Amino acid sequence: MATTTTIVPSAGPVVGSRSFLSRLREGDEIARIITFLFAASVVLITLLLVFELWQGSVLPRHKFGFNFFRTSVWDPIFDQFGALPFIYGTLVTALVSLLIAVPLGIGAAIFLAELAPPRISDTLEFFIDLLAAVPSVIYGLLGVFVVIPLMREYIQPALKNTLGFLPFFQGPMYGMGFLTAGIVLAIMVTPYIISVSREVLLSVPRDQREAALSLGSTHWESTWKVVVPFARAGIMGSIFLALARALGETMAVTMVIGNAPVISASLFSPGYSIAAIIANELTEATSNLHYQSLIELGLVLFLLTFILNGLARLLIVATTQRGGGMGNA
Amino acid sequence: MKRIAVLLLAALALAGVVWADSALLINGAGATFPYPIYSKWFDEYHKTNGAAQINYQSVGSGAGIKQVTEGTVDFGATDGPMNDDQLKAYKDKHGSAILHFPTVLGAVVPTYNIPGVTTPLNFTPDALVGIFLGRISKWNDPVIANANKGVNLPANDIVVIHRSDGSGTTYIWTDYFSKVSADWKDKVGKGTSVNWPVGLGGKGNENVTGLVKQTPNAIGYVELIYAVQNKIPYGAVKNAVGEFVTADLASVSAAAAAASTTMPDDFRVSITNAKGKGVYPISSFTWLLIPQKFTDASKRDAIKGFVTWMLADGQNYAENLSYAKLPKEVVAKELTALNKIQ
Repeated sequence: MATTTTIVPSAGPVVGSRSFLSRLREGDEIARIITFLFAASVVLITLLLVFELWQGSVLPRHKFGFNFFRTSVWDPIFDQFGALPFIYGTLVTALVSLLIAVPLGIGAAIFLAELAPPRISDTLEFFIDLLAAVPSVIYGLLGVFVVIPLMREYIQPALKNTLGFLPFFQGPMYGMGFLTAGIVLAIMVTPYIISVSREVLLSVPRDQREAALSLGSTHWESTWKVVVPFARAGIMGSIFLALARALGETMAVTMVIGNAPVISASLFSPGYSIAAIIANELTEATSNLHYQSLIELGLVLFLLTFILNGLARLLIVATTQRGGGMGNA
Repeated sequence: MKRIAVLLLAALALAGVVWADSALLINGAGATFPYPIYSKWFDEYHKTNGAAQINYQSVGSGAGIKQVTEGTVDFGATDGPMNDDQLKAYKDKHGSAILHFPTVLGAVVPTYNIPGVTTPLNFTPDALVGIFLGRISKWNDPVIANANKGVNLPANDIVVIHRSDGSGTTYIWTDYFSKVSADWKDKVGKGTSVNWPVGLGGKGNENVTGLVKQTPNAIGYVELIYAVQNKIPYGAVKNAVGEFVTADLASVSAAAAAASTTMPDDFRVSITNAKGKGVYPISSFTWLLIPQKFTDASKRDAIKGFVTWMLADGQNYAENLSYAKLPKEVVAKELTALNKIQ
């Protein structure tokens, strides 16, 4: 092998000093082209996905137009399809999950990164990574057999008795619904927030803390006022990773949300999400309009994720410029 | 190095020979409801006849119809017969027809969980439709109570649980409702997924059962086989001649027998609400979808061979798996229809 490599360069009919061919032979160019193709494939796949979804949803786009987003009847028998309840359900469950998971996740991350002894921190991190890798159907089972009965018997009656004057906690208590789905999603996405936020907090330079402490701040003050703001962009990144997972989660959501296309202010009410209805109905969709409407829902979910991710980028850029923290989102 | 390469090549060649020599591969796709017996059949048929290896993907009736229409599989399977539009779409694409062959029968049963009620309940069609339309909202509603004299039904709100995933089970359930209630037919209709007026959705028989079991005052519907295998209590339903019948193999077969005298030549028949004594009214056939014209003669012969075997020996496997057998009249008719396949 060694002999061949030494022979080839001298034997080649090379002209320029750093011609394309010689660079090619040295390997740099090859590596550049190959890695470029790999990187480009990501863009290509994304474009292909949008193209396919767009192509596959011709019928409902022509028939319903913008009404697809405004109407809330989903009737495969009488060919009426409206996406509103599914968009609503997707957003509400994701929002509820973030409301629970963000304080929980960031709090845990601060403890693990700043306050806990390294041995405990590393052990817990192992379990957190394990939780992040559990398949979602397992969380669905947890939801069906643990969370739903708990919600119906204890949590929902308690909420109704204390906060029942709010529109969010009214109506019949089935155990299933937006709130339950949000809680199960929160359990699923919290490990992501903890894991990423912990890494970001740990990578805050030591001199930042030392500077704060030397100025006379307490340990907590240095953590809360210096380290956390410094890591803000990275923490934001972890939250948007969690949001993306919450938006797209299918199996666990469909097992606990109640699967009824309902728009209701009450979090006790059953609902439906975009990912859940696609998974539920695509295999048995017999009419073309029904099938293509489900594909259009896929397009809607894609756009939703796209828009929210775009907003997240903007937010990170804006806060980074103001705060001057590190931009490792 | 060389020797290894030669050995590898030889091994590959040998594998190739074995591969080429192995059985003819036939692909099918469709209904999930008969999957347990289909997989048993294809396995047994391959073992006893050795001729054809049949692969079956239980992807759902809708996907089965789609795939056989697109020609990506050799045959399909469905729990609800193809409608005229779908038949036309097939004919437009292939220039020949697709045929339905009933294989076994199944039924769908109402299952419920009412605290304090242990005796099996009787349901009239009006009660079931009323509950699923949302018009009957309490368990002690007279429509339910009149059919269950002596049962102390509570004044609790009924929680309706239906299937959220498209399924043949829902098709049979709503097909029955459409036959017994004009209101249901106009407002909701029949299909593998419908726009439910009330209730919560569970994914699959398992999830519906799980939700009914743990939700007080819930009612849902599941396949008979699933209810039997998991020992889930279920109610009796009033049939077209006024008897309350509990679903079992005998009452489901009775439904098929009642319908077999009026069986159309293309076998596309719904036997829900069939008239006859001892008939369980929410029963249905499940069908294989076989193209009338094959380009590959060996595949055609293999599929015909399988159907012939299925109609004779294959039927003996049905009852062990809780499916009802086909009535003799239907078997005879199918054997004649098999000759249409070219």
